[in-house]
Amino acid sequence: MTHMSGPIINDTPTKTTEKKITIDPITRLEGHGKIEIFLNDQGNVANAYLQVPELRGFERFCIGRHVQELPVLTNRLCGVCPAAHHIASTKALDAVFNAEPTETAKKLRELFYMGQYTHSHIAHFYALAAPDFVLGPSAPANKKNVLGVVDAVGVEIGAEVIKHRSYGQKVQEIVGGRATHPCFGLPGGVSKQISEEERAQMEEMAKSCVEFAKFTVKLLHDVVLANQDYMDLILNQDAYYLETYYMGMVDKNNKTNFYDGDIRVVDQTGKEVEKFKPSEYLDVISEHVEPWTYMKMPFLKKVGWKGFTTGPSSGIYRVGPLGRINVCEGYTTPLAQAEYAALAKTVKDLGVTGPVHHTLAFHWARVIELQYATERMLELASDKSITSDDIRGVVNEPTEGVGICEAPRGTLIHHYASDKDGLCTKINMIVATTNNYAAINTSVNQAAKALIKNWEVSPGLLNKVEMAFRCYDPCNSCGTHALNGSPALEVNVRRADGSKLETLKNF
Amino acid sequence: MADKIKIAQYWGAGCGGCDVALLDIDAKILDVHALAEVVFWPIGFDGKLADIEAMPDKSITVSFYNGAIRNSENEHVAKMLREKSVVMIAFGSCACFGGTPGLANVTNKEEVFQTVYKDTASTDNPDFITPQTHLKVPEGEVDLPEFYDSVKTLDEVVDVDYFMPGCPPTVNLIALAVDAVAKHVTEGADLPPKGTVIASDKTLCDECDRERVETGRRIEKIYQSYEIKADPKKCLLDQGIICIGPATRAGCGSMCPKANMPCRGCMGPTKAVMDHGGSMLSALSSLLNITDSESKLSEEQIIELMMQVKDPLGTFYAFTLPKSLLRRTVTEKRKRKG
Repeated sequence: MTHMSGPIINDTPTKTTEKKITIDPITRLEGHGKIEIFLNDQGNVANAYLQVPELRGFERFCIGRHVQELPVLTNRLCGVCPAAHHIASTKALDAVFNAEPTETAKKLRELFYMGQYTHSHIAHFYALAAPDFVLGPSAPANKKNVLGVVDAVGVEIGAEVIKHRSYGQKVQEIVGGRATHPCFGLPGGVSKQISEEERAQMEEMAKSCVEFAKFTVKLLHDVVLANQDYMDLILNQDAYYLETYYMGMVDKNNKTNFYDGDIRVVDQTGKEVEKFKPSEYLDVISEHVEPWTYMKMPFLKKVGWKGFTTGPSSGIYRVGPLGRINVCEGYTTPLAQAEYAALAKTVKDLGVTGPVHHTLAFHWARVIELQYATERMLELASDKSITSDDIRGVVNEPTEGVGICEAPRGTLIHHYASDKDGLCTKINMIVATTNNYAAINTSVNQAAKALIKNWEVSPGLLNKVEMAFRCYDPCNSCGTHALNGSPALEVNVRRADGSKLETLKNF
Repeated sequence: MADKIKIAQYWGAGCGGCDVALLDIDAKILDVHALAEVVFWPIGFDGKLADIEAMPDKSITVSFYNGAIRNSENEHVAKMLREKSVVMIAFGSCACFGGTPGLANVTNKEEVFQTVYKDTASTDNPDFITPQTHLKVPEGEVDLPEFYDSVKTLDEVVDVDYFMPGCPPTVNLIALAVDAVAKHVTEGADLPPKGTVIASDKTLCDECDRERVETGRRIEKIYQSYEIKADPKKCLLDQGIICIGPATRAGCGSMCPKANMPCRGCMGPTKAVMDHGGSMLSALSSLLNITDSESKLSEEQIIELMMQVKDPLGTFYAFTLPKSLLRRTVTEKRKRKG
């Protein structure tokens, strides 16, 4: 990286005469979004809105479908984290069919899922976030992308990034049948046994991924944390700091777990305020609707919706890497635990007690999670018992159930009800990014107010506003799933001459 | 390099999987980097709509458009990219056939809003506030795209040059397209004829290596995948699991059957077939021995056999409803009712 020039942090603002500044589309995120910033008569920011202009409506059209198809239908909510939907959906089927998965099936699902985290967190850190940190927030727009990063850091490192993201995909493909839009999830198990050869191949890839994650941790320290300009940005409490509740999944020892566990919620001081099982989610979460966006805004039901405010009286909470790092008491793997301790020490030295409220710390938390995911992937791929043929548990009559996992972008909830034929009668999903939406909008508003003043605007400043949402790694594709109901269908089966043979109806 | 071609990749109503598929070409990305400048690709590049609007017509060599047309913004950007591009590719099953979001075509905007913003279990919206296309807020006015009543395919709103099916398209198919464009640009080779579907012309069964019963194929009972332990070597249909491979275009490498799960048809119908689900129903009725022995079966028996398919829509049209003949029937029926 010796040939790398320093990042361009700032640029020179010019005076605008417009009272409305539009960023359309916002970029380097998954899905659609646009930001409208309104200036007041003094040229300062009056308000900002991050609008999500899309909706597909899965909660409507999944009604009437056979519930066993939901893991492959709801995959299509998101092509960046289809594995998260596939796992939450399959776990919901476990609950719907009262089917306990076998030990082998659980391990295979989690191994597959660690492949997803490896792919997703590498893609976000290097392709979506790194341009802001390697090239700088104010670098030219046509350079601030993954190809610009490759040009800056060198093709050798670029090739390592490509290789290890690809390993994450490959592990998902081997275990899950496909990387994007996997198909192996069944109630109580998985569809496909893996061979010893495949296991050994995954073990090798996982070893390499652990090393690559170590490299990524070091890169974060060298390029970002060692650069005072970036530290000033990260610690800028006017622009990137919200005191909110946090939510994430933990195991019985309160260590982070992505695949299974209870959901823990802590307050602004780090005190546990909720710990719930998937089936209890409706006691904890409600969703608010605003007329200026298609995406809903979940909030803590017992605290209530108080608008875009923070603190203990506002039900706004955050999920994803920052949420998880704030609700957990550490990691079960040594390298991730060590880096978690490093982060804890850094914030303690800065005088912070309790949760990390610095929004840009999302990036650091994400890198710690990449380390954990690769270590956990190696643990599971090294376990020779995963090649067992004991991959299917006992399945009972379908009823109703909830499945939750931690998607890379946060807590992911799938809730289905089925009739006796297995047809879906009711579906509700609260998706990772949706949980964060109210906080993301608040963050964008906060950054815009802190950075744009006295009519002065520049591409670099606007990108710094975008950095306030980008660190959440939002996936608005996921967030705007919504579609239920019982679509009426009539199929006429005709003979070759066109005469009617039979009519099929589902109503 | 001054002579780089310009490419754009945009998503309509999609999931981002097509964008990840482009990343999955791995090292080939560096070839693309050498050949092309990405002018617009919101997932990873900072180009904004205004930048594209300012470009002259036909100044983008290739636009890959993924996702279906679900709202007015999807349509607007599709039309803009069409004007600015020499070649327009419908990338992935949503752009080609409507894809999974197309299943919404048995319902409409009103019902979707009712479910999403009112009826869902966690929604707290007693006043039934819904997103507005135009809204006065205290600081000014904000707009949202209009959510259409139904999902359209890309070729319903713009002229499409090539179609690349798949959910998402596989690395092999993408590499084919990239190579064709690269040869056209660097060596002046001809592009494929307009309207070409960049995939195989065979059926999925032709490329699936499971053993099939050769003569007298017949199934008595239909099973869901979770109800039996499917033999990983034998044809899934022969085992009573509905696999829609017979009606589906090859080109994906039969990934789902390889994972011991049935094909759900994401590659869309084969060239010869107009209606994906209709084609599969015909194949299934023959396997259930309905077509060949109509005289022997009573109407009740036929109904009983076919009613084993609990969700015909989701089984036969999971990816192609907006392109199917059925969809028109459903729409017409709704209009008559309304």
